[in-house]
Amino acid sequence: MTTNTADRTRRGRPAHHAQPPRPRKARGNFGTRLDLKTSPYLYVAPFFVIFLIFQLYPLVYTFWVSLHNQPLGGEGEFVGADNFTALMKDEQFWNSVYNTLGIFVVSTIPQLLIGLYLANALNRKLRGRGFFRMTMAVPIITSTAAVAIIFGQLYNRDFGLANWVLGWFGVESIDWRATKWASWIAISTMVDWRWTGYNTLIYLASMQSIPKDLYESAALDGASARRQFWQITVPMLRPTIIFTVIISTIGGLQLFAEPLMFSSGSGNYTGGTLRQYQTVTMYLFENMFTRFNLGYAATVAWALFLLIVIVAFINYLLTRRIGSAK
Amino acid sequence: MSVTTRRRFAAVALASVAVLAVTTACGDDGDEGGSDGGQITLTVDVFGEQGFGYEKLYEQYMKDHPNIKIEERGKGMGLGDYNTRLTQWMASGAGAGDIVALEEGTIVQFKAQKQNFVNLADHGAASLESNFLPWKWNDGKAGDQILGLGTDVGSMAICYRKDLFEKAGLPTEREAVAAQWPTWDAFIETGKKFQAKSGKVKFVDAATNTFNSILMQTAGNGTGYTYYDKSDQFVLSSNPDVKSAWDLTVKAIEAKLSAGLQTFSDPWATGFKQDQFAIVTCPAWMTGVIKGNAGDAAAGKWDIAKAPGNGGNWGGSFLSVPKQSKHPKEAAELAKFLTTPEAQLEAFKALGNLPSSPKALEDPTLLASKNDYFSNAPAGEIFGAGAKDFKPVYLGPKNQAVRDAVENALRSIEQGQRKPAEAWDDALKAGEAASK
Repeated sequence: MTTNTADRTRRGRPAHHAQPPRPRKARGNFGTRLDLKTSPYLYVAPFFVIFLIFQLYPLVYTFWVSLHNQPLGGEGEFVGADNFTALMKDEQFWNSVYNTLGIFVVSTIPQLLIGLYLANALNRKLRGRGFFRMTMAVPIITSTAAVAIIFGQLYNRDFGLANWVLGWFGVESIDWRATKWASWIAISTMVDWRWTGYNTLIYLASMQSIPKDLYESAALDGASARRQFWQITVPMLRPTIIFTVIISTIGGLQLFAEPLMFSSGSGNYTGGTLRQYQTVTMYLFENMFTRFNLGYAATVAWALFLLIVIVAFINYLLTRRIGSAK
Repeated sequence: MSVTTRRRFAAVALASVAVLAVTTACGDDGDEGGSDGGQITLTVDVFGEQGFGYEKLYEQYMKDHPNIKIEERGKGMGLGDYNTRLTQWMASGAGAGDIVALEEGTIVQFKAQKQNFVNLADHGAASLESNFLPWKWNDGKAGDQILGLGTDVGSMAICYRKDLFEKAGLPTEREAVAAQWPTWDAFIETGKKFQAKSGKVKFVDAATNTFNSILMQTAGNGTGYTYYDKSDQFVLSSNPDVKSAWDLTVKAIEAKLSAGLQTFSDPWATGFKQDQFAIVTCPAWMTGVIKGNAGDAAAGKWDIAKAPGNGGNWGGSFLSVPKQSKHPKEAAELAKFLTTPEAQLEAFKALGNLPSSPKALEDPTLLASKNDYFSNAPAGEIFGAGAKDFKPVYLGPKNQAVRDAVENALRSIEQGQRKPAEAWDDALKAGEAASK
């Protein structure tokens, strides 16, 4: 393969290379040089301009606001790091961090494992494989609001399907919104229903790029399917797994719509009567839209940003070890 | 190819300009009253399941003012979502309509940024004071500025299910029903009697609804304020009215009178259809909400009786003009028009929203009106009496946030997660955090 390509290049290119560069007229020289130097920057500029306006500027401005005691629609008063010190002692904030991490763990681990398992199943020669692969994408294109409404009804205390089914096994009606665990599990199923298929498709795409001969030689050596999965598939997927873990971390720590819509009605930014499932983003919104403390809300936003960086880094360190300990 | 495309584009553009010119010309022709001639569009932002019932009024106003086109947004949107959107518009200084509706709990928040609203006194609103109940007029003012003109008031009554009362062996006639509960204590006793025979059906939908009604009435007769005193000091822990309303509500929860639903949630809406409760404490605007949730199947099963105690108020709104409006003068004129006694009567006819104008409240058509969905109850008379008995209650700037905290604490008792004493401590702590 490699030699072939090289040959072809060698055979095809020389004509151009052999000719000495044509001397340019002085007139065009400056323009060409400018073109060569600046056009690459111009090509990448749109991304950076948009990044600057919509990502970097808000980030910096949010930080600036977080240094103020900023009420809604009035002049802010500079307070330095006061908001950050207050945040460190804020029980409600730490509760929301705890909930966010809790829901993240409860939802993400099964989500990635099930995704991996499904991808492996779909990677085999299966009847109706195309159909099953396509169904993986359906939850992704369903609107979050619709998902939340349906799941809200499934987990209705008095007339929900979940309690009805549990009733067959003699389990008493659970008030899904009353305790931390019940609400976390309910919200996690909502998240997983929506995102498992997404991860499955990514894993599946990556699995198909694993060379078949690896499996063939492993099979010749007598490795079982299970062993092939853990010894070949998972290590080869490592970069993909790291990618999905980081993406899930970012999504999971910014969890908002599902828990918010889980309790429809008045005052739902608090996420349950005792803040059983208030995530950090919901706490941010509560500060912004019911307490009107823009400065404090900005502080929460920055704390969330740092939290995501830290957790994503820890996850990276953990997942980097997958398959490396052979 | 590209030349033809460009040519075709030019032709289309030309044609559109021509069409535009013709339409504008027509608009100008029809315009008689407008001083500067141009056609303008005024946007009105409202909220709630069924909006504010202004459709006919808009039509009439547009007919009288051919240069003005009115567009309404927000019908069908819940108050919470609306407030979030409004907060964004006000914070960013763009996006709000020329007129925005502010609920009584919302207007107190916006008084802190009255500089972002047009002073309606500059547009001749000062002379309209007699059009409104005195407390409603005052609630619309921020200092000397007229921030909002009153639309409706909530008043207070009890909406109840006749058929479920009958099954439980209680009287069903609205006078006899009201006679059982001269006080809230008697109301709770009635609930116990109801519950003894009702099986799974609960007496009230949610403890929070009962609490808010009791609190507004108690505070009206007592201190005149709730979580904040009139100088905006936070007084949740020290206001005796809050504690006595809390204690009464806890008594109702301990007697298991509440279905424990979160108001305005989907399960609450389902509860209407599944006969989970027999009573909703009922401001005038709630009649529309009940009708929407319970549906046609329950028509004639509901009725309205006088509330325990004397009078009360929950909700009711104002119309304001944000400074960001490009047509403040025209918007102020429209706001004045939509809040005249006649316009308020029109909205009452459309949706049952109770006027805040004393003149409209005494209007014979209002007093004679019957609500056919509620077994032909004389809604205007019952709610009108409640509104006139009501003594004003001052609401502080972060009333809503504190109220959420107290409501959450009450619901945590309903959920069996907290004992009443623990929940009260929670309420004080969370209320304190919310008030900052």
